[in-house]
Amino acid sequence: MPQQLTSRRGLLFGTAAVSAGALLTGCTSNEPKEKEQAADNQPAADDQPGKQVTIGFAGPQADHGWLNAINENAKSRAEKYQDVTLEITEGSNDTAAQIGQIETLINKKVDVLVILPADGKALTQVGLKAMRAGIPVINLDRIFNTPQAYRCWIGGDNYGMGLNAGHYIGEKLKGTSDARVIELAGLDNLELTRQRTQGFDDALKNYPNIRKVARQAADFTVESGQAKMAQLLQAQSQFDALWNHDDDQGVGALRAIEQAGRDDFLMVGGAGALSAFQAIKQDDGVLKATVLYPPTMAASAIDLARALGQGKGVGGLAEYEIPASLTLYSAVVDKTNVDQYMSTGFE
Amino acid sequence: MTQPVSPPRDSADKAPSAVQPPAWRGMLFRADVRTLSLLGVLAALVVIGGITKPDEFLDTRNLQLVLTQASVIGVVTVGMTFVIISGGIDLSVGAIVALASVWATTVATQDFGFGGILFTSVLVGVGCGLVNGLLIAYGGMVPFIATLAMLASARGLALQITDGRTQIVTVPSVLDLGERDAYVLGIPPLVLVFAVVTIIGWLLLNRTTFGRRTVAVGGNAEAARLAGIDVRRQRLYLYLLSGLCCGIAAFLLIILSGSGQNTNGNLYELDAIAAAIIGGTLLSGGRGTIVGSVLGVLIFTTITNIFALNNLQSDVQQIAKGAIIVAAVLVQRRTASTT
Repeated sequence: MPQQLTSRRGLLFGTAAVSAGALLTGCTSNEPKEKEQAADNQPAADDQPGKQVTIGFAGPQADHGWLNAINENAKSRAEKYQDVTLEITEGSNDTAAQIGQIETLINKKVDVLVILPADGKALTQVGLKAMRAGIPVINLDRIFNTPQAYRCWIGGDNYGMGLNAGHYIGEKLKGTSDARVIELAGLDNLELTRQRTQGFDDALKNYPNIRKVARQAADFTVESGQAKMAQLLQAQSQFDALWNHDDDQGVGALRAIEQAGRDDFLMVGGAGALSAFQAIKQDDGVLKATVLYPPTMAASAIDLARALGQGKGVGGLAEYEIPASLTLYSAVVDKTNVDQYMSTGFE
Repeated sequence: MTQPVSPPRDSADKAPSAVQPPAWRGMLFRADVRTLSLLGVLAALVVIGGITKPDEFLDTRNLQLVLTQASVIGVVTVGMTFVIISGGIDLSVGAIVALASVWATTVATQDFGFGGILFTSVLVGVGCGLVNGLLIAYGGMVPFIATLAMLASARGLALQITDGRTQIVTVPSVLDLGERDAYVLGIPPLVLVFAVVTIIGWLLLNRTTFGRRTVAVGGNAEAARLAGIDVRRQRLYLYLLSGLCCGIAAFLLIILSGSGQNTNGNLYELDAIAAAIIGGTLLSGGRGTIVGSVLGVLIFTTITNIFALNNLQSDVQQIAKGAIIVAAVLVQRRTASTT
């Protein structure tokens, strides 16, 4: 056995290890709206070495900046712990392939599983299977169909993204009568896209002077962002604000805006890409803010998995156990606070 | 060939099939009817666009936009048309565009500038085309399988190079080509490239031995071989040509989007095949026109444009797109029925 076991035991529920930079408040209700600002190097749970834990990690194919950042966050956080071994499967967008990978991890008898399913509903069964095999599951981001399939869910707030983007735009356009906003959405066949739109629409209801005049869906890719935005700009000769669901497709959208020579509106992005943060900081274009969907949730998932494996709670909480669900806050990052978030930006 | 030259039975455009020159003229005429029907579809779309959104649709900027957006897929489609006419298929075009664009933008981040990006795009495209061509022509692989393998491996390689990241281009000379200042007589440079590729493609297919050999190989490969055509070499050249077009398209896409991403060129293979088929190219080979394919691309792009201007949602767009493909092909079959 590794020597960490015989060395100092971690304090039982990790209550002493409140990390200075990490403001983590868990949630215990069904209506989670809590805040986690994970500075990248501040583990949430007790970081005293404890029992060796093998964490299995199964994510989707990292063919997108945010998903790649998820993998990187998980890996780098696991490396920080001497008592954690990470068994990582190759990402796949194919449901059947991902089920196979998770079953392999179950057969390897990992202590805890972290699963970011390509499709949460489709992977519910294998989540149940793992739980029945006695392996607690941390369900990351895309949620399983039933709480029986996971011990803890941690993810972002898609509805909240739309809501906060809508409120930000609403406040900015408060003095504008008959303001027009447009929306460049993400992949329309994903539920998260519909949630983001719903949140946005609900927020705009608070501002009777604002009307959403157009919405087009892109594919979360630069290419589609450019193409759809170019069309939107042609269709809408005048509008006051744009909400774009995703900073990756936002690279293309900004390119289309530049090509059309338009600068008569404000733009709010989504997710928190490094390029978006840099543009916001420079403040020489239409992009004024982005609504976070932090990939740091993967690092937090590793923290939670480790805490589960070692029977710890979460620092800063009175609870003896880790919470059943954690929803990250979709903070609005604009010029005033961009420096604080710069380090979490993904390429 | 014992059948005598018989007068047309029912329609005037039906040329006698046994004698070479009149049959040629007949094909030309049939092609014209096909082209006219495509132009009719395009005209109908323009009318629809003009009625639903007169101010936005009938606008110089919109014309520039539609043509620009047609350029990237248009260049790919020209190459694809040659391959399909020869009786082949190239499923790897989208993946080659992705690989070429990420490789070229990797170069961009290392400050090789305009020439480096252009050269790398074209080189990667031609390289992938060469592999396809060698596998098919000399390795005896079925085009469907060989290019499917290329699709998978090129996409994988593109993902590996980028790690899922978006590679943003910072070379001003490349980016400037996408700006309004670079327009030549109101024509965006991308559209000029598309036009040049189209003209060269048309000349190559209709005015050169290479074009006649392509049609001959697609019509009957064995007969072409007996007629002294080096069928294998011809096939190699055709996949090289398709790869070259993908390389050019990748460069155009870099100008357009200002970045390289492994998701670039997604489903281009299907769009290019669909445009060629709508344009009257036979999937079984032996017949097809560049003009038809280009019109096919323009029809697709115009539809997308009209949908976006009218703020239709993507589900409705997809359904309507499918319906219009069916309608266009049905119209064509009626106006240009061959026997």
